[in-house]
Amino acid sequence: PALGLFLFTIARDPLRIIILIAGAFFWLVSLLLSSLIWFIAVKASDPRDEPLQKGLLIFGVMFSVLLQEAFRFLYYKLLRKAIEGLVALSEDGCSPISIQQMAYVAGVGFGLMSGAFSMINLLADSLGPGTVGIHGDSQLYFLTSAFMTMVLIFLHTFWGILFFHGCEHRRWWEIAAVVVMHLAVSGSTFCNPLYVGSLVPSYLLMAAAATWAYLLSGGSAQNLRRFLLCK
Amino acid sequence: GVYSKDYGPQFAHCNKTVWNPVGSGLSYEDFDFPIFLLEDANETQVIKQCYQDHNVPREGSVPEYPLCAMQLFSHMHAVTSTVTCMRRSSLQSTFSINPEVVCDPLLDYNVWSTLHPINSSGKVEPEKEFIIVATRIDSHSFFWNIAPGAESAVTSFVTHLAAAQALHKASDVHLLQRNIMFTFFQGETFDYIGSSRMVYDMEKDKFPLHLDNIYSFVELNQVALRNDSVLWMHTDPVSRMNESVDVQVRNLLDTLKNSSLGANVTLQEPGYSQPLPPSSFQRFLRARHIPGVVLTDHRTDFQNRYYQSMYDTPENVRMQYPEGLSPEEMLEYVTDTAKSLAEVATVVARALYRLAGGAADTSAIQADPKTVARMLYGFLIKMNNSWFQSIIKPDIKGILGDVPQHYVAVSSPVNTTYLVQYVLANLTGTIVNLTKEECLNPEKTPSSEREMYDYAWVQGSLGPNSTSRVPYCVRSTVHLSKALSPAFELRQWGSTEYSTWTESRWKEIRARIFLVASKELEIITLVVGIVILAFSLLATYFINAKADVLFGLPRDPGAVAY
Repeated sequence: PALGLFLFTIARDPLRIIILIAGAFFWLVSLLLSSLIWFIAVKASDPRDEPLQKGLLIFGVMFSVLLQEAFRFLYYKLLRKAIEGLVALSEDGCSPISIQQMAYVAGVGFGLMSGAFSMINLLADSLGPGTVGIHGDSQLYFLTSAFMTMVLIFLHTFWGILFFHGCEHRRWWEIAAVVVMHLAVSGSTFCNPLYVGSLVPSYLLMAAAATWAYLLSGGSAQNLRRFLLCK
Repeated sequence: GVYSKDYGPQFAHCNKTVWNPVGSGLSYEDFDFPIFLLEDANETQVIKQCYQDHNVPREGSVPEYPLCAMQLFSHMHAVTSTVTCMRRSSLQSTFSINPEVVCDPLLDYNVWSTLHPINSSGKVEPEKEFIIVATRIDSHSFFWNIAPGAESAVTSFVTHLAAAQALHKASDVHLLQRNIMFTFFQGETFDYIGSSRMVYDMEKDKFPLHLDNIYSFVELNQVALRNDSVLWMHTDPVSRMNESVDVQVRNLLDTLKNSSLGANVTLQEPGYSQPLPPSSFQRFLRARHIPGVVLTDHRTDFQNRYYQSMYDTPENVRMQYPEGLSPEEMLEYVTDTAKSLAEVATVVARALYRLAGGAADTSAIQADPKTVARMLYGFLIKMNNSWFQSIIKPDIKGILGDVPQHYVAVSSPVNTTYLVQYVLANLTGTIVNLTKEECLNPEKTPSSEREMYDYAWVQGSLGPNSTSRVPYCVRSTVHLSKALSPAFELRQWGSTEYSTWTESRWKEIRARIFLVASKELEIITLVVGIVILAFSLLATYFINAKADVLFGLPRDPGAVAY
């Protein structure tokens, strides 16, 4: 799906590509910083203490979520400034790209990078004749990881739209909702390997976020019906 | 061997006697999958654990996926045959800057020593007569570098060493008319590399001796498992059809029989119509009809049930030590096997004394069972013992310490060759009062006779407070001669005349263990992925095309999406 999104909506416009790459980079930097914190915390603590390590991991994940959202905010600020620059550069006084489009592309950028990070490692390991499970893990590991990554990419896209909309219209509760949803999804992954505990809530949250973002972008139920019937 | 359609055709191709009927020939089969030997219990525990967890069928049905699987990597660089791989290696060596050699010929050194010193770089006069005593010092098994070879090699060369020691101790050794050469051939398991090379060198005048100098030949084959203390003397019936050869062989046999009086060894002949067993003597017979005898413990087929197998261990030669001995005590403990081998060595030594022209009473010539016991312990059970440590050079003490095995490898000399060399030097040589400088550079000392003798600076045993060693210089007549098959010298890699065994090169040998998923799951994963991909592409396309319908914004010419 991310590939489809990229091909059909972003690849044509070089400006969007730039925003996409920059968005991905911002996500990467946020991950780097959060991993630094976690790494230092782990090295400073006792590696044999299991509950402590698990606690540190949870702390690390939460911290990483907050940091990602913070970077999303920073990116919003940057793009705002960029719009002014683009307006100045353009011929007819209005920017070639609207803030909502930028929100969407930024979201896709975040999502793509997080998806790449999640999957590349897995794909590299899945080469070769063996599979997961010799230490008791589930066999469906690859399938569920793929689905989880897909839902995260979608979620990042929708959160991008919601977040920027919230920043734009000064609705802080929208921003807070995005942060809370992100925390919830990341937290639900601690239910793994009980995959139903993490995948199902994530997909439900994705549906909710999708609807919300759709409504915010100017869609409505009638448009949806017209689209589906007008096939 | 010597028997072919031109020479004793009735004995060729095992027509008359099958020497090793229990042998399966497994080592000489071609397997296209790797076979590993795991001796460490920790490694096998992992495999067994994985099997117990995943592969055991529950309630009689087929075990379910995921199943435990193991992948073995053992890539060999050489292919097809020696001819192909040597040709490729030589092309690489000639034309490439970074040659990638794919196989190496099996190569090592023979150890030889003479009773009276001879000039090792010159030639011996034709009228001097020598008696050659020969044994092999290597063995083989199905797995690489595992060749305990207790009955097939070790016991015979230990007996030989004991006989050499006994002879050197005789009082009028220097008065003997004929010289005796004690030869230890390496590589005999692989079509007689050592002995064929020595014969070739003798014919081409590259060895101090020539075939004309050989008066007779005594070989010790497998001698440890004697039934009712009988030792069989095998001779070659074809060469004995010649009168003069037959007379000399008779003389040889009678001398041997006379030497066995009083010892617990009965010497018997297996019968006129039996060929020689596989032995190094056959290579010498191919070149010249030398009178000779091969001593074994078997009359027709081998007593050894584990010939060239990894099970040819000390238990196979009935070596037993009582419980609870420390390594030092085990080194000195004299087993029954050691005593029986010492008796054989005594008989051989006395017979050699007589053959060499000695006239005095031979009852003083006795092989020492204690030495035999120590040698057996060192070569079969533990190489890293105090005696071996004291007789080797200081710079090669790293060779001690592995499980003893006697495979002729491609990097030479192997541990066994070194040890045989130093043991022989210790048993037959003399300690001389030279300093380390003089010992390591004997050409500087005028009276050292460097050509005749070999000087070795050995470590010596630990002092009484076991802190440092007292090294000394040993002078002996022990020399090494190269044991590389003449086929490689002549570059005839497809030779049927000489041995052409090579060993392939390889890189890493490893194995890994993992779980394998069922085919259905893999296909499902793939299909689901492709379906989602196709669906998402379609959906995105349609959403994009009908974006204005979906999002209800005025349609901007030139703008895309939203």
